[in-house]
Amino acid sequence: MAKDSSQAYAEFAKGLWKENPVFVQVLGMCPMLAVTNSAINALAMGGATMFVLLGSSLLISLLRNVIPKQVRISTYIIVIATFVTLADFTLKAFAPALHKELGAFISLIVVNCLILGRQEAFASRNTVGMALADAMGMSAGFLFALFCLGSAREIVGNGSFFGFPLFGPNYEPWVIMVLPPGGFIMLGLILLLFGAIKQARAKRPSETARKAA
Amino acid sequence: MIGREPGLILEAAPFLRRELTTSKLMRDVLLGLAPVVLAAVWYFGVSAILVIAAATAGAMGTEWLFPPYGKRGHSLKDGSAALTGVLLGLTLPPGLPLWMAVVGGLVGMGLGKLVWGGLGHNLFNPALVGRAFLQAAFPTALTTWAPYGGIGQFFQVRGATLAAPFMHMDVDAVSSATPLALMKFSGESTPFQNLLFGSTGGSLGETSALILIFAGLWLGLRRTYDWRIPVAILASTAAFAGILYLVSPSAYPPPHFMILSGGLLLGAVFMATDPVTSPLSPRGAWIFGAGIGFLVVLIRVFGGFPEGVMYSILLMNAATPLIDKAVQPRVFGRPRREKS
Repeated sequence: MAKDSSQAYAEFAKGLWKENPVFVQVLGMCPMLAVTNSAINALAMGGATMFVLLGSSLLISLLRNVIPKQVRISTYIIVIATFVTLADFTLKAFAPALHKELGAFISLIVVNCLILGRQEAFASRNTVGMALADAMGMSAGFLFALFCLGSAREIVGNGSFFGFPLFGPNYEPWVIMVLPPGGFIMLGLILLLFGAIKQARAKRPSETARKAA
Repeated sequence: MIGREPGLILEAAPFLRRELTTSKLMRDVLLGLAPVVLAAVWYFGVSAILVIAAATAGAMGTEWLFPPYGKRGHSLKDGSAALTGVLLGLTLPPGLPLWMAVVGGLVGMGLGKLVWGGLGHNLFNPALVGRAFLQAAFPTALTTWAPYGGIGQFFQVRGATLAAPFMHMDVDAVSSATPLALMKFSGESTPFQNLLFGSTGGSLGETSALILIFAGLWLGLRRTYDWRIPVAILASTAAFAGILYLVSPSAYPPPHFMILSGGLLLGAVFMATDPVTSPLSPRGAWIFGAGIGFLVVLIRVFGGFPEGVMYSILLMNAATPLIDKAVQPRVFGRPRREKS
C-alpha cells in the first residue's frame, strides 16, 4: 500500500515539473496561446481542462479492458467530448460572462492533444488510481503553466492582476501582451526562463551523470 | 605566409582582397548616419539626443547582458549593437518616453538578434523588430509626433520624453502630423521643399530627404552596401505610385511625394541594405528591393496605416531565404541548365 501511494505520488509529481505538459512536452499550445490574456481566463481554462482530463482518465481507465483496440481513439474522443460538453454547459450556466470570454476555446478542449495523449499513453494502460494521479498531476501542471502565462500577460499588458490595477492610473499598458503576438512572445520568454532554470539545476548535482553520458 | 623578402610573396588564395571587416563596415555606416543624427538634433533638439542615446543604450546593454559568444562585452566591439541602437532611435518619434526607447533596444536586440544566435544569424532587421514591437505595444506613443523646431528650441524637451519608467505622461503640447498622415487622413499635401529639407513632423531620422540621399550616395559609392537594393526600392515605389497617379491624379499621391515622405529613404538606405537580412546575389537584391517598393505603395495607399516601410522591409526579410534559394547564381563551370 505504501509503495502504491508513493508511486501514485510520483505519477502526480512528474506532471508538475519533470514532464510538465507545457514547459517540457509543449502540448496544448492552442488554448495556451489563445485564452491566456488574463489570469482569470487562464484559471478558468485550466480548471475546465482539469475537469475534462480527470473525468475522461477515470472513465477510460475503468473501461480500458473493454474498449476494442481498433476504435480506441474514437472512443477516447467520444468520452472526452462528453466531459467537454458538461464543462461547457456548466460554465455557460454559472459563469456566462467568462464563458463568453473563452468563446469557442472551451469546446476546443476536445482537440487538446494533452488530454488525448494522456488517455493513449497512460489511462488506457494503468489502474484507476494511477490514472487519476497522472491526470491530476498533468492538469495541475497545465493549470500552473496557463496561470503563469496568463498572469504575466495581464500584469504587463494591462497593469492589473485578476482585474485589480497594480501600478496606479499612470501605468502605460503594453498592449501587445494581451494581443496574440504577446502570447507567443511571453510563452517564448517563459520557456526560456524554465529552460535556464532546468539547465542550472542539471549542472549542479549531476557531475557524475554527465560523465557517464 | 608572407615572405620576408619583398620580392617573394608566398600566399594562399584568395589574392585579391578588400580590407573590409565587420567593424569597418559598421563604422562606415555609423559615419554615414552622423549627418542624419545631426539633422535630427537640429530639428528636434535635446529630445533627439536623449531618445537615440536611450535606444543605443538599450541595444548595447542587451548585447552586453546576453553575449552571443565568447567573453562578455567582446561582441560589442564590432559595433553592430551600437548601429542597431542608433538606427532604432532614428525611427522613433521625437517625443517618445525614454524608457520605451530602452525597451525597443532591448527587444530589438534580444528578440531580433540574440535569440537567433547573434550577428549574422538573424532573419529580421533587429532595429525594425524593436520598432515593430514598440508600435504594437504602445500604439499611441508611437504615433504622437512632437512638432519640429529650429535650433533655437534646442533645449526644449519634446513631448513625453521624460516620463517615469513604465508610466505615461499627459502632455498638453501640440503634436503635429506626418506628411503621410496628412495625405492619408485629410488629403493635404506637404510642400516639396519641406520634404526635402526636413521641416515636417515625423520620426527623428526620416524627415530630411536631402541628407538621406547624400548619406546614401556616399555609402553607395564606398560600396558599403549593395547599391541595387535602394535603387530597386526607389524605382519600384516610383513605378507603382506612378501607375496609380496616372490612373487618377486626384485620388493618389504623386510618386515624388511617395519617395520623399515618411521612412522610405531611411529604410531604403539604412534598413533594407543590412547585409545579414537581404539577399546575397545581385538578382536577389533587385527582387528584394522591388518587393519592398511594391509593398510600401500597397500599405500606404490601400492599408490602414499611413506608413508601411517597416512592415514591408520585415516582410521581405522573411522572404529573403526564399529569394536566395530561387536565384542562386550558376556555379562557374556548370552548364546553364542542369539536365534532369
